[in-house]
Amino acid sequence: MSANKSFTSRRYVINTIFLVIALVFIIRLFFLQIIDKTNKSSADNNVFRYLTEFPARGLVYDCNGKPLLYNEATYDLMVIPHQMGKTFDTLGFCKLINTDILTFRKKIKLATVYSNFLPTIYDEKIPKEQYGMLQERLSEYPGFYIQARTIRNYPQPYCAQILGYIGETTPEMLETDEYYKPGDYIGISGLEKSYEKELRGKKGIRIIMVDVHNRDMGSYMNGKFDVEAKPGQDLHTYLDADLQEYAEKLLQNKRGSVVALDPRTGGIIAIASSPSYDPNLLVGRERTKNYFDLLSDKNLPLFNRALSGRYPPGSTFKPIVGLIGLQEGVLNTTITYPCYGGFPLGNGKMIKCHSHGSPLALLGAIQTSCNAYFCKVLKTTIENKQYPSTEAGFNAWRNFVLSFGLGNPLGVDLPNESGGNIPTSKYYDRYFGRGHWRALSVISIAIGQGEILLTPLQMANVAAIIANRGYFYTPHIVKAIGTISNLNKKYLTKRYTKVNPEYFNYIVKGMLGVVEGGTAHNVRMDSIKVCGKTGTVQNAGKNHSVFIAFAPMDNPQIAIAAVVENSGYGATWAAPVASLMIEKYLTHKVKRLDLEKDIMDSKLIIKSE
Amino acid sequence: MRQPKSIFSNLDWTLVGMYMFFILVGWLNIYAAAYNEEHKSIIDFSQEYGKQFMWILISIVLILLVLILDAKFFATFSYFIYIFAIGFLLLTLAIGSEVNGSRSWIYFSDTVRFQPLELAKFATNLVLARFLGDISVRLQDIRTRLKAIAIIALPAMLVLMQNETGSMLVFASFIFVLYREGLSGNILIFGFALIVLFIFTLLIDKFIVVAFITLAAVILIFLIRRSRKNIIQFLVIYGLIVGFIFSVNGIYEHVLEPHQKKRIDVFLGKVTDLKGKGYNVNQSKIAIGSGGALGKGFLNGTQTKYKFVPEQNTDFIFCTIGEEWGFVGSGVVVIMFVLFLMRILFVAERQRSSFSRIYGYGLASLLFFHVMINIGMTIGLAPVVGIPLPFVSYGGSSLLSFTVLLFVFIKQDANRMQVL
Ligand SMILES: [Zn+2]
Repeated sequence: MSANKSFTSRRYVINTIFLVIALVFIIRLFFLQIIDKTNKSSADNNVFRYLTEFPARGLVYDCNGKPLLYNEATYDLMVIPHQMGKTFDTLGFCKLINTDILTFRKKIKLATVYSNFLPTIYDEKIPKEQYGMLQERLSEYPGFYIQARTIRNYPQPYCAQILGYIGETTPEMLETDEYYKPGDYIGISGLEKSYEKELRGKKGIRIIMVDVHNRDMGSYMNGKFDVEAKPGQDLHTYLDADLQEYAEKLLQNKRGSVVALDPRTGGIIAIASSPSYDPNLLVGRERTKNYFDLLSDKNLPLFNRALSGRYPPGSTFKPIVGLIGLQEGVLNTTITYPCYGGFPLGNGKMIKCHSHGSPLALLGAIQTSCNAYFCKVLKTTIENKQYPSTEAGFNAWRNFVLSFGLGNPLGVDLPNESGGNIPTSKYYDRYFGRGHWRALSVISIAIGQGEILLTPLQMANVAAIIANRGYFYTPHIVKAIGTISNLNKKYLTKRYTKVNPEYFNYIVKGMLGVVEGGTAHNVRMDSIKVCGKTGTVQNAGKNHSVFIAFAPMDNPQIAIAAVVENSGYGATWAAPVASLMIEKYLTHKVKRLDLEKDIMDSKLIIKSE
Repeated sequence: MRQPKSIFSNLDWTLVGMYMFFILVGWLNIYAAAYNEEHKSIIDFSQEYGKQFMWILISIVLILLVLILDAKFFATFSYFIYIFAIGFLLLTLAIGSEVNGSRSWIYFSDTVRFQPLELAKFATNLVLARFLGDISVRLQDIRTRLKAIAIIALPAMLVLMQNETGSMLVFASFIFVLYREGLSGNILIFGFALIVLFIFTLLIDKFIVVAFITLAAVILIFLIRRSRKNIIQFLVIYGLIVGFIFSVNGIYEHVLEPHQKKRIDVFLGKVTDLKGKGYNVNQSKIAIGSGGALGKGFLNGTQTKYKFVPEQNTDFIFCTIGEEWGFVGSGVVVIMFVLFLMRILFVAERQRSSFSRIYGYGLASLLFFHVMINIGMTIGLAPVVGIPLPFVSYGGSSLLSFTVLLFVFIKQDANRMQVL
């Protein structure tokens, strides 16, 4: 025997511990199985049913507290296959719900594949008339019951792309987030997607007992184990529903988009993309068919051009070229450049310009949108002697451009935002060969052509930057969630460009000139001092019409960008759209009814195209 | 030395009989839990009960193998087995497949997989017995204690790295072995006190807990004020306890994973999450409670069969027992387990070799810990930790490893007379 003999008495301690635990277990089992009758009362024939309580999804309001959507009750027919039993009256049931046996069998089989024991949606969104009748007779058919949930309903056919839509969770979503169960709905696009967690609330569970005849025997333990559903939170947005509606009407039957920001907050007042669709199409029983119709429409109504569309900015880019020139010291307001009908590229070709007075200084160049002037400015900026090479000069220039929120997504609180494109020197190295390109090789970017691409949101943000004389707030649509305005910090931080704010006033003056007596004088108003810049973007088809603007000049309240695809000059289409929006927003009443009618009635695309 | 006539002579048939009882209870209840109308045969290999039958057959082969081997084999090769097990754990960390957030399984094919931590439990027990069983080793020596703790901690850490917190805790059960072999009894009290403190600190504001302990300390110091040495010792312990209390929140917030926090919260009743972890426990309690005194009868359970209780074949198998066999059935299983454990301790104490005795205590401790946590969680007395009920839960890895653990001990016992 070992030396541990003195410790043998410890065996009793260990034995005692074992016995005590066993005793505790027996007492606990006695309590659970003998004393506590609540569990037992449901034992023999009763089966629990877990009813998911779907909370009401949060609503979305515009800046005046007007709801952009409502919730509507709807009823789903649920089935738990194993409860159907052997004596299920298939014929009677098929008659009741108006279906044939084959479809019925197929659906039940599908449900069984998911689970024999958990509820599956047999049929969704039962019409109200059918609901009452079903509710009455369903107790004859074990395994079937009706569950209520809410769906979206839109008072007006606007805001479709902003609000987005909800749809059934896909198997992949189920795997990544255990909150969702098959048949649950989730935000697929727009605000419904980006604020899914806030909008959805939290599902609850109600446990009821049913007997073998599928009759409701009341809630289990008076609801002690039920979990109450937590309603979703409402979103309060910067959107102005009237202005949004107006934007969508102005753009109807055209391809294009309008984005209006409040430069003081970065709040999105209106963001329209055309063609759009009636959001009610993606709710209800027909939504799958409607969805595929929209998906196959070649004008891409599901595509939000305002965020995801990428366009060369054209001449609306010139203010940025000018600002960087001023900052880099290669330009001042008195330097003039001549324009002989364009900017010669040295190989006999030239960037053409239209006829105007010459030579021009900065103010006049913006007002008349002289191509030669800005090509010259870009050339002197990039080939500035302070940089060792064209490449270095270009990189410095590009960094300035990026500080205007270009080249990368701004970080708006809507999904699928594109970042546009600002080419890198590496890109040109690959294209021309390293060291084989000069300012002249890339000169078309001076007039917003070439590889430069902006989203309409970025264009509006550029207008906001100039309105603010040098900074912006990241554009966002939601002002407050629920009762608290707990905005993400990034939406409350000023982002400055790398250009000194003092230079912006020259550009502002030039942009005032554009509307007062320049390329966009056709949209001049006596009542409001609008600063704008037209753009006519060359592309494979007819020119895109582009316009950026803000107003009033002092203390701006709205910054806006409009793009009308394949329509013509910037002044002809985009400028009126933006100008009417400004008038509507600042005066609440549009006086230029002829212009309004003209734009609204113009059809650049045919609906069924 | 006399060669035994048969490998079955001298076996402790009480233990073998009880083992067979548990295996049978497990198999029948897996059958009941997973019962499928289309596959009525209990040996249908496409179903889990059929697979369990296969594991039982393999267990029998393993038992024969263990009994044929020389009794000294496992003591002799204990370190090799231990090193092999550690290597296997490391390998799992490197190439194992991630299942439910933990990386503890090695897949040999789509259906054949193995959990090396089961082997590690066995190996740790072997080495601990071999190490402490050495005549020259005395647990009073601080170096010996550290070595013993290292033997346990190494696999435990690796298991923790695999994110198998429940199985990691199993290694704590060796505390009983150390206690039996001479470690101060305070260790049991101390461990228990830490658990109680941990729970109280999470439930009640930590400042209130500290206030109470300070009050108790002041009174105690007043009582022992004559002995200056005791007071200093006492103050150190007091400081450690307060430090522990303040670190609890830190451990809870930063060390524990969200799902572990959730389990603790649900267990403490701080949150009712009836769809997540709380759901399991709630369902499990409903199922067991619905069994009543005599149960619903074999194959008549509704709660478990209708899959209201998740994982009812593996970690929640006790639910099926409770529902279909009632208080009588579940009570018998609990009593059988405690008798089984006491029998192991009894047999361990009659060993001549320290190795066999310590091994027996390790075996009993491991089994005890599994049973306590597993049944405890199904009846809401322990947090939901995914560890199996020995011999009863579905699954090859745990059945085979517990079988080997047990029969190595039975073999040692059968040969006890030959140890000089
Ligand atoms: Zn010109």
